[in-house]
Amino acid sequence: MRYRFRPFPFSSIANMHPFSTRQRRILPGFGLSMGYTVFYLSAIVLVPLSTIVISTFGIEPERFLAAVSSPRVLASYRLSLSSAFFAAIFDAGAGFLTAWTLTRYRFPGKRILDAFVDLPFALPTAVAGICFATLYSPAALPGQLLARFGIELANTQSGIVVALIFIGFPFVVRTVQPVIAELETEIEEAAQSLGATRWQTFRKILFPHLFPALLTGVTLAFARSIGEYGSVIFIAGNLPFRTEIAPLMIMSKLDQFDYDGAAAVAFVLLLASFAMLLLLNGVQRWQQKAYR
Amino acid sequence: MSIEIRNVTKRFPGYTALDNISLSVATGELVALLGPSGCGKTTLLRIIAGLETADTGSIILENRDTTHLPARSKNIGFVFQHYALFRRLNVFDNVAFGLTVKPASERPSKQEIRDRVMHLLKLVQMDWAAKRYPSQLSGGQRQRIALARALAVNPKVLLLDEPFSALDAKVRLELRRWLRKLHDEIHVTSIFVTHDQEEALELADRIVVINKGKIEQQGTPQEVYDHPANAFVYNFLGNVNVFHGRVKNGKVVLGQPQPEAHRKLNGHEEKTGQAFIRPHDIGISRIRNGNDHPGIIRDIRLSGSQITLELESAGFDTPIEAEISRETWRNLELTKGDQVFITLDKVKVFAGDFEI
Amino acid sequence: MQQRQNHTAAPSRTLSKNDPPAIQALLIALTLLFFAGFIFMPLALVFSQALSKGWQLYLDAIREPVALEAVKLTLLTAAIVVPINAVFGVTAAWAIAKFSFKGKTLLVSLLDLPFAVSPVIAGLIFVLLLGSRTPFGSWLGDHGIKIIFATPGIVIATLFVTFPFVARELIPLMESQGREEEEAAITLGAGGWRLFRMITLPNIGWGLMYGMVLCTARSIGEFGAVSVVSGHIRGMTNTVPLHVEILYSEYNYTASFAVASILVFLALVTIGVKTALEHRLEGSHNTRH
Repeated sequence: MRYRFRPFPFSSIANMHPFSTRQRRILPGFGLSMGYTVFYLSAIVLVPLSTIVISTFGIEPERFLAAVSSPRVLASYRLSLSSAFFAAIFDAGAGFLTAWTLTRYRFPGKRILDAFVDLPFALPTAVAGICFATLYSPAALPGQLLARFGIELANTQSGIVVALIFIGFPFVVRTVQPVIAELETEIEEAAQSLGATRWQTFRKILFPHLFPALLTGVTLAFARSIGEYGSVIFIAGNLPFRTEIAPLMIMSKLDQFDYDGAAAVAFVLLLASFAMLLLLNGVQRWQQKAYR
Repeated sequence: MSIEIRNVTKRFPGYTALDNISLSVATGELVALLGPSGCGKTTLLRIIAGLETADTGSIILENRDTTHLPARSKNIGFVFQHYALFRRLNVFDNVAFGLTVKPASERPSKQEIRDRVMHLLKLVQMDWAAKRYPSQLSGGQRQRIALARALAVNPKVLLLDEPFSALDAKVRLELRRWLRKLHDEIHVTSIFVTHDQEEALELADRIVVINKGKIEQQGTPQEVYDHPANAFVYNFLGNVNVFHGRVKNGKVVLGQPQPEAHRKLNGHEEKTGQAFIRPHDIGISRIRNGNDHPGIIRDIRLSGSQITLELESAGFDTPIEAEISRETWRNLELTKGDQVFITLDKVKVFAGDFEI
Repeated sequence: MQQRQNHTAAPSRTLSKNDPPAIQALLIALTLLFFAGFIFMPLALVFSQALSKGWQLYLDAIREPVALEAVKLTLLTAAIVVPINAVFGVTAAWAIAKFSFKGKTLLVSLLDLPFAVSPVIAGLIFVLLLGSRTPFGSWLGDHGIKIIFATPGIVIATLFVTFPFVARELIPLMESQGREEEEAAITLGAGGWRLFRMITLPNIGWGLMYGMVLCTARSIGEFGAVSVVSGHIRGMTNTVPLHVEILYSEYNYTASFAVASILVFLALVTIGVKTALEHRLEGSHNTRH
């Protein structure tokens, strides 16, 4: 099966046969393709992103600090980060479980399940949002069910976490699946022939092997969830200090035409995003090395 | 078309692939570039083809300096190690490719293309596969198509990059013989790269032995095998016994008594040296003969047509490997533990410190 | 629960290749439970809510002019964005997969950007760039060119959010296929475009299609970025996801779900096409290495 979030083969790119870079290149079109790629990325990505940086540096430091460290904004960072974190952890378990059963077991309906792993990815976030909002409300069956147990999901962080679990799920599954698929049965057979139980084999041999991939998937899910907007705002209720996520802060500042404030908060979030990208890069590189 | 390679150097970050290499190939010759992995032979081939560029030096094809000519204008046929057939085109279209991409003024008519392609497919005995796709063919079949494809545009030079190394042993042998026959028919100047000395010895008109970016020796297979220029060539071109000893007064001292060194060395000082002898040049008999060394058979290995004996002899620091025919083995009725006499006639000596 | 191995005796039965049936049953059940709760329930909900007031209302909600305008806008956006990003993807993959150069790793990491950047920020940057605050933006305003709070803005924001998809599919594919076929074509005399058209393009066909399917799905479903950039003007700058939001916020739940069902339908189609293409894609990869 083709898995989408297969991390980039960084090290294979790095280890490519050293072609002549000094003189002319043998295959045609490098200049043209490179030029267009750089141009396009600059126009669509780099220049627009730089507006955040430029805006931020255009604000006086006190105003900047005031904007990004107001209690409400700080609460929103905390909420976004912690919710993403909990969701990523849950997805680690659910995603790993799903990847494992889908790859190694046979049961009816498996292929359908496999296809539907991608639903959270293919479904617009707004639709997910209204779905969860309705599911949580006391009017709906699940909402009533949970209320029986005293669990309230609407307008709470728990509700946000549940939505983020939905969003991050495919990232974990699709990153771990190919690695599970490529496990050599001989390794397990060797372990068994040496006397290990199933559980020991899993704990000492299989899981450590799968861990780097799992970490990559979790990091992807985490990075994605920090900035998630559409699926969350319907259920969160947007109660200040309780269920306001960081992207919403940006939105509300925009609504008030406080562009500077919006840019300031966005700047902090962008820093987090870049940190995530760096982390992701590092984890992926570790994964590549681990699977030599 | 004759090829001349002048002073070609190519460096990659961290190592030098080719170090001031100069080489001539006559029209119609079949030359083998032979050497261990990483010695630069493939790099040289690709530079001739225009798939890499040299740092310095020039490539002259029939008196025309083609060093800076782009690969597509060189009219060179190239056969890749992993065939590089166009997976989306069928066999016919693969072979016809070079003809179909010619500029309109040079392009032959559809009928002419068809004739030529079918002719080539017949030549490589694959005419039945014209509509098939590469994925439906075996490795040997694919390589033959790759060859037909390269020949379709009437190249003046044919370059082959380890053409058989991806194939099974048996297919390799078949294709080797078949390539030789093909070359005898077509006589296009050809250079092929290999790390298999057997292949080079069997196929080539001339062998160029390359090591670490330098040419160690060039010559006919006979020359290179029987008169290796140095320890590296000797060792690379066949099985060999290596004995360490001391060279003194033109003689090498090892074991007892001393075998006569076959190359008189200059100088009379004692130097450390290495003596080389091929396993099949060692004579075994039950009767002592002059300079023979006594030895005990420690192991007998029956590998196909030859018998390999592992012998221990006083004064020799390593076991001696000798190859004898089955007939000799049967005649002498040799078994493990027997004492025999070893004749070391054709010993080659290289003085000084050599590394293999 | 686990199998017990007698360490001293040689295993007398064949080594089992998988987990014991009890474990399998348990894990499968847990997986199904998760799917039921997190995946299938939301799905079922959309349709049950959409149809809760009957077919007539459902169809009315979908056929409402404002909804149709939203559908048109969404499809128009996708029709513009996907080809542009496909061209970019192929170009970038060609440069990255077939050549080596300094800074490649950096370039490749840029392709992960939209996954890590919040969609709201994706919208914000274009509002800042093209709104009246920047010299560029005010120039546009003076000339009456509306980008932000109009369709072009939506297109550009969607370009940002979906640009990596085709490239991310093609780069591993083209790398696994290597350079040899192109090199062979060169030795046979093919020039740049010929080579690309006859050799490279057919080889990456399935990957390109796959990437475009993902790109389409994402561009249809984008919400956050478009929300910032569109101005929410009904009938003019609303995409379908935005329309869903508006209906919901007006407590018009049934209509909201009805329109949402269009998106769900498209998502299901996406999943189906994706699955169908995956098999073809596997075949395109070089397994030789």
